[in-house]
Amino acid sequence: MAMKANEIEELILKSFPKAKITIDDLRGDGDHYAAQIITEEFRGKSRVQQHQMIYNAMGGRVGKELHALALNTSAPKE
Amino acid sequence: MEENIKNKIQNIIQDNEVMLFMKGTPVMPQCGFSAAVVGVLSHMGIKFDSVNVLEDAEIREGIKEFSDWPTIPQLYVKSEFVGGCDIIREMHENGELSEYFTKAGIKA
Repeated sequence: MAMKANEIEELILKSFPKAKITIDDLRGDGDHYAAQIITEEFRGKSRVQQHQMIYNAMGGRVGKELHALALNTSAPKE
Repeated sequence: MEENIKNKIQNIIQDNEVMLFMKGTPVMPQCGFSAAVVGVLSHMGIKFDSVNVLEDAEIREGIKEFSDWPTIPQLYVKSEFVGGCDIIREMHENGELSEYFTKAGIKA
C-alpha cells in the first residue's frame, strides 16, 4: 500500500487550495513521506490542530494506506 | 467508541503524569517513530510510563479515536495530548518541550 506524492498534494489542496506544499519521498518507497505545508488557515491554531486538519484532509489515509507522513506545518510569515 | 475503552484510556492518562502510547516498550521499541519519542524523553531525563499498543488491540484503535490522531506514538502529559512524533521532535529541537514540562510541573 502506497501513495504517490502528487496524490497527497491533491488531497491537501482540495481542503486548502492556497496552501504551499513541499513533499519529499523519504525512502523512495511511496510509503514514507515528509510534507511541509504553509497555509493561512493554520494561523492561530495549535500544532496539534494543524496536523489534525491535514489528517482530516487526507481522509483517514494516514496510518492506513500511508504508513508515514511526517508533517511540518505553519502559517505564512506576516 | 465503546464506553469501557474510553474509560480505560481516561484512567490511564489520569493515573500517569507522563504517558506514552507506543509500539513496543521503551527498551525494545518496535517502530522508529516510537523509538524517537522514547529517545527524546530519555535524553531529557523525563520519567514516563508507556502502554504497548501492539499488546492491546482495543487501546491501539481506541486511542486513535480518543485523540482524533491517526498514528502512534502519542504523548500525554497530565491528561493533555501533546502530540505525535513530529511534534515532539520539533518541540524538543526548539526548546518548547522542556518549557512545556516545566510549566506542567514535571521535573527532569
